[in-house]
Order: sequence, then C-alpha cells, then structure tokens
Amino acid sequence: MSEGHPADGIRRAQRFASAETSEGAQELAPRATTSAAELGREVGAVLRIPEGGVLDAGDIDVERSSDETMIINMGPQHPSTHGVLRLMLELDGETVLRTKPVIGYLHTGMEKTGEELTYVQGGTNVTRMDYLSPLTNELVFALATEALLDVEIPPRATWIRMLMSELQRMSSHLMWMATNGMDLGSTSMMIYGFREREMILAFWEKVTGLRMNHNYIRPGGVAADLPDGWEDDVEVICDTILRRTYEYDELLTGQPIFRDRMEGVGAMSAEEAIALSVTGPILWSTGVAWDLRRTMPYLEYDQLDFDVIVGTYGDNFDRYAIRLNEIRESVKLVRQIAGRMPPGDYRVQDRKVTPPPRARIDESMEALIHHFKIFTEGFRVPEGEVYVAIESPRGEIGCYLVSDGTSKPYRMHIRGPSFVNLQAVPALLRGGLLADAVAIISSVDPVMGEVDR
Amino acid sequence: MSATEPTPAGPSGAAGSEQAAGAPGGSGMPEVPRAPGRWTEEVAFPPRASYHQLGGEYKASGFEQLSDLTAVDYLSHPGRALPPGVGAERFEVVVNLLSIARRRRVRVRVQVPAELPELDTLWDLYPGVEAMEREVFDLFGIRFPGHPDLTRILMPEDWEGHPLRKDYGVGRVPVQFKEAPGPR
Repeated sequence: MSEGHPADGIRRAQRFASAETSEGAQELAPRATTSAAELGREVGAVLRIPEGGVLDAGDIDVERSSDETMIINMGPQHPSTHGVLRLMLELDGETVLRTKPVIGYLHTGMEKTGEELTYVQGGTNVTRMDYLSPLTNELVFALATEALLDVEIPPRATWIRMLMSELQRMSSHLMWMATNGMDLGSTSMMIYGFREREMILAFWEKVTGLRMNHNYIRPGGVAADLPDGWEDDVEVICDTILRRTYEYDELLTGQPIFRDRMEGVGAMSAEEAIALSVTGPILWSTGVAWDLRRTMPYLEYDQLDFDVIVGTYGDNFDRYAIRLNEIRESVKLVRQIAGRMPPGDYRVQDRKVTPPPRARIDESMEALIHHFKIFTEGFRVPEGEVYVAIESPRGEIGCYLVSDGTSKPYRMHIRGPSFVNLQAVPALLRGGLLADAVAIISSVDPVMGEVDR
Repeated sequence: MSATEPTPAGPSGAAGSEQAAGAPGGSGMPEVPRAPGRWTEEVAFPPRASYHQLGGEYKASGFEQLSDLTAVDYLSHPGRALPPGVGAERFEVVVNLLSIARRRRVRVRVQVPAELPELDTLWDLYPGVEAMEREVFDLFGIRFPGHPDLTRILMPEDWEGHPLRKDYGVGRVPVQFKEAPGPR
C-alpha cells in the first residue's frame, strides 16, 4: 500500500509543470560561457570592426559580470512577438544588452516538401510560407519556374500579376499598421487596419476563390481571369484606402505619445543594414533606395511611375512612415495598372504547361491526355538552376530553384526576407529599453511562417 | 523623406574601371571558372581553397551585400552541367551576392565533398551570413569553421540527422481515415 501518497502526485505535477523549453546551445548563454566571437556578434561589435581587421576583445564590455545582468525569455508565446518568435534578452535593469532570437518553433520542412511536389503543386506549398503576402511567394516561385522553362507569358497575365502584387503590398502593410498599432496600445488602429484589409481579401475571394493561400499565380500565368466588374472593385478599394491613410495620419502620425515611442527608437545605419543583408522597409529607412521593382525591374514595373520611399534616421518612425507611404504608392500603382490592363490570354497557351479548358476535354482526346498528364505527373522542366529575386512587402524574397529534368524541383529554396531581417533585431534592440522591444520587433515585421518555413 | 537614388553606374569612366576590376580574370581576382547565368550576370565556380578569397575579392570590388547562402545535395543527380575544370562533388554551397551601387548580382557555386563537409565561413566579410550558414549547417550538415555560433537554428538541438540531405527520408504521418478507437 505504499503507492499513492498524495505528496508524490504533487511532486510529479510540480516537476511536470516546471519542465523548461530548452534548446540547449541555441539559447543565449551567460557571458562567462560565451566565446568572444559570439559575444562580439551578439553585441554588434563585429559591425564596427574595420575592413579586414580582427575582433578587438576590448570592444566588448566584458567587464560586466553575470550577477549585474539577467537573462530573460520573451516568447515563444508572448502575444506581441508576432507568432512563435522567442527572444532571449540580457538585461541590465531595464536596458537590453544582448538579444538572441531563438527560432524554429514553426519549422515544418517546407523546402523538403517542395522537393516532393510537382511544379504544378508547388504553388500550394510556397504560398503558405509568408502567410501575410502569399501572392508574392507564388510569384517568385512561378517566375523561377518560368525562367527554367523559358516560356514567355502573355501580357495580360503579367499585368494581372502586378495588380495582385500591389494589392498584396497594400494588404500586408495594412496588416502591419494594425498589429503595430496594437503593439503600441492603439486598438482603434488594429480594428481599422483589419477593416481595410478585409476589402482586399474580399476582392481576392472573388478573383481567386480564397482569402489567403490562393495558389493563384502559377507557372505559365494565373489561375483565372479577373471577374466582370473588377475595375469597379479596384476603384473602390483604391479610393477608400487612400482616404483612410489620411485618417491614420490623424490618428497616429501626429500623435505625441505615438511619436515619442517611435522617434529615435531602434535606429540603424545604412552600413549596418547592408552588412546584415537586411532589405525592404528596414533598409529603406536608413536612406538606401534599393527597391528591386525600380533597380532590377521584373514583370513590367519599369513602365510604371512610382516613388521609392526612403527614410533618414533608420528608426521606428521612419519604418512606420515608409510603410504608410508605401500604401499610397501602391494605390498609385494599382490605378495605373488598372488603367492599362491589356486584353488577351491570362495564361500561356502551351498545352504542355497549361491544362486545357474543361470544355475541350469532352471533345478532344488529346486535351484529355494533356489534362491527365499535367495533373498526375506534371510538366517536365529542363535541367538548370536559377535564382530569382523580387520585392516582397518585407524585402527581397528570392527563390533558388534547381531542376534535374523531371517534373519535381530537385531543390527549392526560398530566401525569406523575414528570416534574414530578424538578424537586425539584436542590433536594433541593443542599448534600448525593454519597453521599446515590442515596438522594435513590430517595426521589423517578421512573419514566422517564412522565418521557419 | 527625400528619395536618394543609388548611383546606377556612376560616370562612364569610373564605371568602366570598376567593371574591369570585376571582369573575369581581372587583376586581383583569383582565376576560377565562370559561366553566364539567368537573372544573374555571372556564376563563379571557385575551388574550396579559394572560396573565401573570392568572397573577399567580390566584396572589395563592390558587392556589398550577401543576399542568400544555401546548399544543394546532388546525391541523386550527380551528372549536372558544370564548366570544364570543376569536379562535381556531393554538396554544393550556393552564394548570391549583390552590388547595390552597380545593380549587379553574381552567384558563387562551390563544391563541397561528402567526406569532409566543411567550408570557410564568410561571416568575417558579410555578418549577415550568420543565420544562413547556421541554416545550412542545420539542414545539410555542412560545417563552417570560424562561424561564431554554429548551432542548429530551425531543428531542435537534439535532432539527429540533417533533413535536407537526399538520403534523409521524408517523414509521413499515417492518415487515419476511419474513426480511430478511443483511448478508453
């Protein structure tokens, strides 16, 4: 009768409840057990060393002992870490000394999955990476596949792609405005951002059948033509959202509390941003106008008139202002695209790439065979490798695609802008207050689906 | 908010001399096989020994940013097209570099043998490569001596194996179509 003493059960429960999330060496270690090189990286000293120089041990404030500082966890379940981002912070009082993002909690092996799916199915996989801008992911995958296939897609498909990309940028930045407002305590902005984004999602539902994860942009064109009356919908979206961006100005831009929390917080220099491979609004906020739509044009962006918005100080407020003004630039672009939408096919008329229309299957044996082949085996892509990079709302999204001549990619790698931009977080947080951490993480705009893939 | 554009190519004289320095076989550049690429101006195939040196030369000739570093396991596709003089190995590390000032991209493909999957780190040249090298180490098992913190980044610390290798099977969860018998 020895089993079942109540204290045993309680002890077991305590042990269970206090089990820690441990990632071993991936975690931020105390200074005593960290090598000088890693410490240098974590405090950003490596960015300050001159060309070809070696790390100066004296540049790191190593004299700080572990008992003055404290290492705390933020996440992965913290509500304002945008998903399952886990940050380990070394604090001296309220000042952040070192930060280390610990990621991988959402890793689902999507690059491995991509090797098991045909090029036709691949779009359904990549669209789930950056779930706030799914169409950009589909676009980069489709462009990479087309570069290997060497097919010329019809002009209407290109312009539909541009229209969708720019609506995507608006919706993604509106979502960012919403979550950023939420992080800074402005629940009204949260509601407004989601309200405006809803208009775009409703339009997409009309066009693609889905609100998110559309698989709409496919190798060879787009899945369906724009529905009747799309011009009116786009017009309403543009008018409404442009008008509402000025309401956001009134709500946030001039508000003293908001400005206090944003101005001068999380500043970064252009050299640091370039060295850390940072792209997108964070790079623009430092004054570098590197927008792939302008500098390395893809689709037909070189025919459109738009401005690249850049900042001066590289702080949170610059990043906020850039995203707000990007929405206006995208409205401008969407209007131009809608006005110049060419007629014609919305996908390439190559029977080996594009499945035949449903009506043809009933009358033509060949069409039936092509339909069957494309959906069971997929189309074969010539051997080769290509790296295609386009501008996502978060920065440069790249797709490195290797084909071995079969109908499945031999290797499909996505360069996620959030994954790379996350490296800027330790540099942005260093020396700031813990209270600003939430605002800074928010201004980096990481999407964990893309970070972990 | 002022829109400052990066100088596309600069005045013709300066651009000409820059391009001469970056041209194949130009002064300072190690002699490595090169090929033109799609969406990229050139693809360089350095041997492992001069990979880091080539990275340094590219950085000195104006490629300020490292866009992407990844790897490919060519275990089941050994007969790929490579320029003459490049011996195919199992792994290939692929680096995409970007010149913001000159609006150019280059790709570096370096062969890494399966017996000793090691490659010099580029971290001292491009600090932004840190997470990418960790990812390649995690998913391919290629080590980067000199990297400050070479630990797994996406997989759990105690994971066995490197998932993106071709001899690593695709795990599947069996799908239960009928109602499963309950625990009781």
